[in-house]
Amino acid sequence: MSERKAILQVKGLRTSFFTDDGEIPAVDNINFAVHEGEVLGIVGESGCGKSVTSLSIMGLVPSPPGKITGGEILFGDKDLTKLSDKEMRKVRGNDVAMIFQEPMTSLNPLFTIGNQLMEAILIHKKDWSKKQAKERAIEMLTLVGLPRATELLKDYPHQLSGGMRQRVMIAMALVCDPKVLIADEPTTALDVTIQAQILQLMKDLNERLNTAVLLITHDLGVVAETCERVVVMYAGQIVEEGPVQTIFKDPQHPYTKGLLQSVPDMRFKKQRLYSIPGNVPKPGSVRTGCRFAARCEFAFDRCLTENPDLYQTSSVHKTRCFLYKNQEVSDHVRTLVES
Amino acid sequence: MSEPLLKVEGLKKYFPIRQGVLGRVTGHVKAVDDVSFHVNKGETLGIVGESGCGKSTTGRMLMRLLEPSEGKVTFDGKELTDISNDEMRKARREIQMVFQDPYASLNPRHTIEKILEEPLIVHGLGDAKSRKKKVHELLEIVGLSSYHAKRYPHQFSGGQRQRIGIARALMTNPKLIIADEPVSALDVSIQAQVLNLMQDLQKELKLTYIFIAHDLGVVRHISDRVGVMYLGKMVELAESEMLYEKPLHPYTQALLSAVPVPDPNFVREQLLIKGDIPSPSNPPSGCTFHTRCPFKMDVCTKIVPKFEEVEPGHSVACHLYGENAQQ
Repeated sequence: MSERKAILQVKGLRTSFFTDDGEIPAVDNINFAVHEGEVLGIVGESGCGKSVTSLSIMGLVPSPPGKITGGEILFGDKDLTKLSDKEMRKVRGNDVAMIFQEPMTSLNPLFTIGNQLMEAILIHKKDWSKKQAKERAIEMLTLVGLPRATELLKDYPHQLSGGMRQRVMIAMALVCDPKVLIADEPTTALDVTIQAQILQLMKDLNERLNTAVLLITHDLGVVAETCERVVVMYAGQIVEEGPVQTIFKDPQHPYTKGLLQSVPDMRFKKQRLYSIPGNVPKPGSVRTGCRFAARCEFAFDRCLTENPDLYQTSSVHKTRCFLYKNQEVSDHVRTLVES
Repeated sequence: MSEPLLKVEGLKKYFPIRQGVLGRVTGHVKAVDDVSFHVNKGETLGIVGESGCGKSTTGRMLMRLLEPSEGKVTFDGKELTDISNDEMRKARREIQMVFQDPYASLNPRHTIEKILEEPLIVHGLGDAKSRKKKVHELLEIVGLSSYHAKRYPHQFSGGQRQRIGIARALMTNPKLIIADEPVSALDVSIQAQVLNLMQDLQKELKLTYIFIAHDLGVVRHISDRVGVMYLGKMVELAESEMLYEKPLHPYTQALLSAVPVPDPNFVREQLLIKGDIPSPSNPPSGCTFHTRCPFKMDVCTKIVPKFEEVEPGHSVACHLYGENAQQ
């Protein structure tokens, strides 16, 4: 897997919101890469910065008050943070596309599905005729498993169900064959049976079109089912990263452990759920020490004063916890892995 | 088992669809269509289903926050469906509700003390001093502190707000609590805290719960028995263990197989059902699930299957089982 090329690299990204209370870093120095054709999950609770990460990549952070204050986002050799609005518009849709949680708010209620799909196509393919665009729209709707695609072009968003709308959004995101599809909580607003259909569709498309998917979710079940690798975020930082198999079987960071134990499992009844004490901190509220220390049962003196690094504990596994500092793979091994 | 605490028979809610300038009724949305079940003292009955299946409408009708179109609700030997509004208000002392969005259900202009005191005032319980005492007592019980009493809802996190919602429901010492999606707006780590709190309270205060939710994992965790609803009808009801291990109704099977499990090595037979939930204003004939059912037979499109017990404690409405199958 490590042989796959990284197509999207986020390096030292820091996105802050400037409010009356000063600068609030919603995303604080995060590093990760999306490899060709993989499904990478970003999981975390509300306010952990997972959505801000995706908006930063797309250049959609509401500004003001938001601003990318540091780091770079590399797509190929382009740094997306340095592009002008006009250049960025070319990247969106062509290279990186995004789908959102609530498909109804992302579709314009006043225009037909065909209108909106063809608009997306014609903006990016300037030399195409309307007829070509229409054909492409029908092709895309069929690809995402929507029946009677030709008639659907004349329908308005309100005439479709939630699941169908999300399929239309996926079709729209994929019209220009993007290399990376960012899906921000794509199934959260949907019922479970429809969620299963959409996740299956996304997996199929990932395999067939080799589009890399960055799946942002709060649902560990969805991650286990869909992703190959996962990044766990907490309070604006990455606390653990690794292959799904490893993270679910052998989680290292106390937060990941706690999170996994607090999910009720449908397959068997736990007598009592484990619960992480305390609350999810507000972004920017923890400034010194490990951000999880206040809720961590293993916390010791050092955790309160110093923020641990993201230690590389195996060739594929990283953890931000002092307990795993000694397991850190030596620099020599790391350079071997990286090269 | 003794007499059930709550008995629901043939409960229906039809919302009229009005059209045209004269507002003539042109049809009905059958939000809840002939639902019957009972809840025993001290147990938790879970009700699951997808959006629009009528689970929340059912919960609201039990408290008569919505008037049922038809049917009978008996609580503790007393019929709730034909008493006056005044008497119903008194009866609500014993039945309380916890809502999904704790922010929308707490008045932002009132302090927590005022919010919690209100049910006591409405029901004319205690004097000012004893009410205050009770407020502080309950704040401690739900894991907050008495100094929180002077604060306003916006000063609390989602999980804390839900604790306040639970405290408010407990103020009048109710016997039955109807919790409508109490944890779905909360983060996983907070959700576990609230679920544990609800279980502790149930043991300590001998409460009976009706737990309405769409998350099948959460429902299994907290419920003794679980009912599954689809398009306004109860399609299956059984002990939670039985329902999750051996679901009978094809819809229950599909629903269970659709839930993502937090274990990447878990392999299962996925029964993907096609299509969307039909509109409750124009539900399919016969069994309402037949449009999506992988085991559809001719009879399913014509005859509505009866909801009947096919083995002790396990009821299902499907033509594949029991007497329905012999037709």
